[in-house]
Amino acid sequence: MPEKRLLLRSHLGVDFTRLDNYLNHGGFAMWKRALELGPDGITAEVKASGLRGRGGAGFPTGTKWGFLPKDGRPRYLVVNADEGEPGTFKDRYFLEEDPFRQLEGILISAYAIGAHICYIYIRGEYWNSKAVTEDAVAQMYRAGWLGRNIQGSGFDLDVYVHSGAGAYICGEETALIESIEGKPGMPRLKPPFPANYGVFGYPTIVNNTETLAAVPVILEMGGAAWCDLGSPKNGGTKLVGVSGHVKNPGLFEVPMGTPMREIIYDLGGGILDDKEILAIIPGGSSCPFLTKDEIDVPMDFDGLKAVGSMLGTACITVIAEGTDLIGVMGRVAKFYQHESCGQCTPCRQGTGWLHAIVQKLDAGAAGEEAIDLLVDACNGIDGNTICAHGEAAAWPIRSICKKFRPQLEAAIRQRAAAAA
Amino acid sequence: MAPSIGGAMAEFCSDGLAFSPTAKARVAELLGRYPRKQGALIPVLWLAQEEFGWLSPAVLDLVAAELGLSKSAVLATAMFYTMLYKQPHGRYHVQICTNVSCYLLGADDLVRVAVDALGIQPGETSEDGLFTLEAVQCLCACERAPTLQVNKKDYFRVTPAQFQQLLTQLQEEGLRLGPSVGWPGADNCQGALAEAGHA
Repeated sequence: MPEKRLLLRSHLGVDFTRLDNYLNHGGFAMWKRALELGPDGITAEVKASGLRGRGGAGFPTGTKWGFLPKDGRPRYLVVNADEGEPGTFKDRYFLEEDPFRQLEGILISAYAIGAHICYIYIRGEYWNSKAVTEDAVAQMYRAGWLGRNIQGSGFDLDVYVHSGAGAYICGEETALIESIEGKPGMPRLKPPFPANYGVFGYPTIVNNTETLAAVPVILEMGGAAWCDLGSPKNGGTKLVGVSGHVKNPGLFEVPMGTPMREIIYDLGGGILDDKEILAIIPGGSSCPFLTKDEIDVPMDFDGLKAVGSMLGTACITVIAEGTDLIGVMGRVAKFYQHESCGQCTPCRQGTGWLHAIVQKLDAGAAGEEAIDLLVDACNGIDGNTICAHGEAAAWPIRSICKKFRPQLEAAIRQRAAAAA
Repeated sequence: MAPSIGGAMAEFCSDGLAFSPTAKARVAELLGRYPRKQGALIPVLWLAQEEFGWLSPAVLDLVAAELGLSKSAVLATAMFYTMLYKQPHGRYHVQICTNVSCYLLGADDLVRVAVDALGIQPGETSEDGLFTLEAVQCLCACERAPTLQVNKKDYFRVTPAQFQQLLTQLQEEGLRLGPSVGWPGADNCQGALAEAGHA
């Protein structure tokens, strides 16, 4: 089996929502190591680890930390736990089952970047995640792991759970910042980047939950050793999910660069009813779709990029042969229309057109020319918006139109025949 | 979806609406978490929704006054977020994920079960104030699809038969408990909302 578990430990059957259990399994041991290393030493280890942002963008975490200006202004750490990318279910694991892992990462990272306030932004629908994480924060305050002079170190940190309220766009880091400020979640123009002008105008680092959860493990192993676990330029292990038409859907952990085929067939158990694969969404529905001939790709940022897609959140959705792709496209198009914040015309109008065209196709009221129209609309969105939401809508739909045209045409003929 | 706001209820509600002492204390605590007051806005809107059931224009005005923010700032934020209710909601908010992974594994069958059982379409609230039905976007529990939420509780790998049984239970329980807090005309409503709505 290709699994390598460093972060995921649900198989141990231990209740890691209790601080005593977390401590008994080596929890917070890396706080002492962090104090020995000091802020620069921690950042050096994180840089050496090759850790790239686990929210999907894959930006090197240590480099991001290095962008903070040294101008004496207060700094903030913000955790992006606004997990909402369709097909994704990885941060939920930490938030609900191993909350202190993330919190240990927060403590170490806040110390490294010199932040004394951290907001954990959890999506509104994650009621259980919010409750478990808030309880974990309260346990830490009671035991002196948060607040003033943490464990006698002289370091102060306050952590607050901040609930989202049902807007996917707030997973975009500047929309998330606007949302913490109490405003509509509309992404900001960049630059300035959050490292310089973030939450309430202060220097801010926004990191994903899984990214921060990896930090204690990186200190434990040493950055270089952790980096060596993965493929070149894609350090470490990665949580991967498999859902959709598979026999054993679930969350797993593999070295970066593990072939997607092994994840789908060995871990995911293969396709339901032993069918063939029709299409794969590699890491959430913002990623261009893959065909069954493309699944030998290594699961890492560069591997997926090389085949014209993205690693995204690395939670794979498997679509088996016989599935109606117009139906799938309809769900994707509706999602991005619904979640467009509306500030950029190409995205606001374009996602509406995509959805309207797919609806017409679905109703049997449009012919093959609608496929070209969809591609045209995607081209009109792509590259013309403030944030990546527009591309997140355009790329997957364009990939379906281009890679699965014969299947779409067959589905169109089928609807025409049914109507006749 | 543009929720309708205003009308007779708004005027009626503008008298005598107030946070409970517990909620007031919580507002003060939330204000301490952010360097600017508006940072506390979304948490306080959540709190107001817990307290009054939904965010009527009068409730939004109350929040604006409590935080010292403009009414327009409060309204703009409240309107942006789907989980902040600008209309009365049913006691049971049934939200069925219909995004890709759940769609592949039968989410539409669950929607049909709910439509048949409740007699309302997605996006609608039953007239008795017991149920609001919605087909929602990804709840991010795709490995346990199909999934749905009723209020704050998750349900995973739901079959149509299990869902039918759940809805029957909720219907029976709802008859005993009555509509949600803040439901116009219901006797479990807080403050000024009690007589509003069905007039």
